[in-house]
Amino acid sequence: MAELDTSGGGKHKGGKIRSKKASTRVDLTAMVDLAFLLITFFMLTTTLSKKKAMDLTMPDNSVKTSQLPVAATRSMTVLLGSHNKLEWYMGEAGKSAPTVDNYGKDGLRKALIENEKKVEATHAAPDNFMIVLIKPSDKSTYENLVNALDELNITNVQSKAIVKITPMEVADLQKNGIY
Amino acid sequence: MPRVKVARKSTFIDMTAMCDVAFLLLTFFILTAKPKVDDPTKAEIPFSSKTTPVPEDNLATITVGDIKGKSTIFYSVTGSDVRAETLKAMGAKYNIPFTPEEIQRFSLLEVFGVPITQLKQYLDLRPDERKGFPLAGIQADTTASNELGNWIYLSRQAERGLHDKDLDIAIKGDRHEQYPIINEIIGILGKQKKFKFDLITDLRAAPKK
Repeated sequence: MAELDTSGGGKHKGGKIRSKKASTRVDLTAMVDLAFLLITFFMLTTTLSKKKAMDLTMPDNSVKTSQLPVAATRSMTVLLGSHNKLEWYMGEAGKSAPTVDNYGKDGLRKALIENEKKVEATHAAPDNFMIVLIKPSDKSTYENLVNALDELNITNVQSKAIVKITPMEVADLQKNGIY
Repeated sequence: MPRVKVARKSTFIDMTAMCDVAFLLLTFFILTAKPKVDDPTKAEIPFSSKTTPVPEDNLATITVGDIKGKSTIFYSVTGSDVRAETLKAMGAKYNIPFTPEEIQRFSLLEVFGVPITQLKQYLDLRPDERKGFPLAGIQADTTASNELGNWIYLSRQAERGLHDKDLDIAIKGDRHEQYPIINEIIGILGKQKKFKFDLITDLRAAPKK
């Protein structure tokens, strides 16, 4: 360490008068304390985690593109009701009884996987993928919509759409007590 | 018997290296720091298992949250130049002349949720007085002349004019928010032919298949 010899400096008998040499060693403790205090402050106020999001693409409804007729048997409709409940049915509305289900691993996800397998088995390739229509009711929450979209992402359903709910379907949700 | 002499050592520790490291880290944190934006709605965002990072700049965020039991819409755009341009355009559209000082204040405002008619009043307050201002939210409906739609449209125009980029839109909603208001926002975006946007979510632990 750069430190000067601080010994001596006293008056010697008959010797030369030497000036006192002060130590160049500075006490850094207070400075280090301050530096660490500021580090702590900046660490706590910085947002290190970046915001994450889920992509959502809606169809362009302003242009009427040539829409391909789709077999109703390939479509699965998911109605989002209140109290974190949903119901789903295959095919056209009213023809098959809807199943009341919940969100999550044993609810919607299981139904999606099973239905996708069924559709795949009963239709000829390449048109054997399932189409899922999500119809959120006015009583469902934003979380329900995100959860439903998330389950579709997990089960790798490629064709999906968010569609307006019909009064008939609302009546059905009411019948099942989830509206 | 000779006495054992214990050598006395100095208790002075050399702090130079520690000080160097501390200031190096301090410099790093100061340069990377981005202050947290205070979210007035305290929206609890929903979880999802598949996420993509949201762009840091060139982003408009529509926040829907609960203020005193009422769904309230807030809007924020990144970039103070874009904000200033947007306010000028909004002022021209609604015939509200904003002073240069108000525009400057607005360009520093990260997020706001007041109707355009109250915005002038809101901007004239000091930042500490704004806390007590009733946040009524931005009006949004499916008509062509709704405020939120204009904010989005004009900020997209400003972004296009200033940076020649299309503004990315993110929706940040509270988990318990009812669907109709979200549907309204999606409808407003759809009217502007913006069909791709982000829903801000938190990452959930990866599910087992």
